[in-house]
Amino acid sequence: MALLKVSDIHVSYGSIRAIKGISFEVNEGEIVTLIGANGAGKSTTLNTVSGLLRPTEGTIEFDGKVINNLPAHKLIPLGIVLCPEGRRVFSHMTVEENLDMGGYTKSKQENKDSLEMVYEYFPRLKERRSQSAGTLSGGEQQMLAMGRALMSRPRLMMLDEPSMGLAPILVDQIFDIIKTLHKNGSTILLVEQNASAALKIADRAYVLETGHITKSGTGQELAQSDDIRKAYLGG
Amino acid sequence: MKKLKPTTRSNIFTYGALLIIFTVVYILNNGGVISNNISGLLIPICAYVCMSISLNLTVGILGELSLGHAGFMSVGAFSGVIAASALRNVTDNGTLQLIAAIAIGAVFAAIAGAIVGVPVLRLNGDYLAIVTLAFGEIIKNLLNNFYIGVDNSGLHFSMKDTASLNMDKGTVIVNGPMGAVGIPKVSTLIVGFILILICYAATANITNSRTGRAIKAIRDNRIAVESVGISVAKYKLMTFVTSAAMAGMAGALYALNYTTITPKKFDFNTSILILVFVVLGGIGNVRGGMIAATVLVVLPELLRAVKDYRMLMYAVVLILVMIFTNNRKARGLIIDPAKKLFGKLIPKRGKGGDANG
Repeated sequence: MALLKVSDIHVSYGSIRAIKGISFEVNEGEIVTLIGANGAGKSTTLNTVSGLLRPTEGTIEFDGKVINNLPAHKLIPLGIVLCPEGRRVFSHMTVEENLDMGGYTKSKQENKDSLEMVYEYFPRLKERRSQSAGTLSGGEQQMLAMGRALMSRPRLMMLDEPSMGLAPILVDQIFDIIKTLHKNGSTILLVEQNASAALKIADRAYVLETGHITKSGTGQELAQSDDIRKAYLGG
Repeated sequence: MKKLKPTTRSNIFTYGALLIIFTVVYILNNGGVISNNISGLLIPICAYVCMSISLNLTVGILGELSLGHAGFMSVGAFSGVIAASALRNVTDNGTLQLIAAIAIGAVFAAIAGAIVGVPVLRLNGDYLAIVTLAFGEIIKNLLNNFYIGVDNSGLHFSMKDTASLNMDKGTVIVNGPMGAVGIPKVSTLIVGFILILICYAATANITNSRTGRAIKAIRDNRIAVESVGISVAKYKLMTFVTSAAMAGMAGALYALNYTTITPKKFDFNTSILILVFVVLGGIGNVRGGMIAATVLVVLPELLRAVKDYRMLMYAVVLILVMIFTNNRKARGLIIDPAKKLFGKLIPKRGKGGDANG
């Protein structure tokens, strides 16, 4: 059974319909990516799954339980975490305080263990643990945002544009970490504009265009499909 | 010696400074050195300092604007006065009456805060400012129509006039637009000072804890806060109700310093005055707000000498303070040499924003 099952959801911003009936699934242990151009509805989809937006129609099921009507903060204890677009670290807090916020719903002991795990993934964060987060570079902030998301020990981690605004070498680093997370059993739903990088690591992918899913398949299939190459991968 | 955290050190410094200032003022006041005018202002200063701390919690730390904080002060003042007057039949101990009044004032103001906060704090945007603005006016007009009295059988309440209270030789406590009359004047400077300490300690504790980090994060980064599993509405409400309760305590202290007090005292101008304390002291800077409250309460009294130009001078002083705290060049003239002089005494600010950051 799928861990996350989204069935025919519609989402509107006032009278503007951003998502017009999309369905997809994420199975346990998979990396699934949603790719598409600006305004296709990728971030809207993630924000809806994470409870920041409400679908006007359709259902979202997590582990067999309908979650459309739960507020965002109630989803963390269930095991869904969103690593939001633009990183959004708490810039006035130190790195360690940021991570502590990530484990807000967990006990102190659990957080101690999670902190060790996060520092293992991101040794750079350990070096900068008492530095204030606003002074980190873009790549380090992205690592911090991902580390903060990991602190809640999620069953499903949703990453919104983790490569945004990063230098190519840092993009590679971030994607390496995503791959490692996947190898260690994490389930990841990834939204990316950098389609080639995303398709390379994804088990399955969905292509979003103006609120509809136009194509789906394994990462490899889509990376080789002519339409996709023309539209997103540059020929 | 164990090395203390910067926030702890700066708090110890503040408590120490407060204690020294209070002791000096207390001795001077008892020795009769302070003029009558200023001496009469000491308890109102305590009350306004608490108001400044209270509003800083809402505006500076939570990041929501409240334009009706005098309304909560008013709720605290009138419920406190009623409690103290009713207690007169039970005990003669003024301090006991005062403490009971402050506690009751806090409870009622907190209830008012919850009534305002529960629906409004769920929304994003400046709705709290609008609703508290209306709340302040509603409370004022409501209290203008309250008639409350006490006799041997207990409290009597009416919204018509004093005759309809049907009392048996009782005393009127609240007399409609005339306000509360015959208030037991039980406020003392020591209790006022303790109240400041309580408010400051509560704020410092809230802001430096894990909860406080969550609250400040709501102000800075709402989406991220929701995505780490923190209920925004719950923490906003908690902070706002705490802030309202502090305002209620300050209100009770303030009212019990006078023999009569009218609902008109706590109007929109008072709310704005409190907001000026906070803005002038630096939004989110609790200590600055306390200093600003003290200066701005004393200033009109000191300017009495210039009579007609009093309010003009008041405005000029406000503008000068703004210039000297925000303009680099002007700062260089006064503030930086002062820092050089006292720099060693004043501990550096803690990282990551504490109660004073």
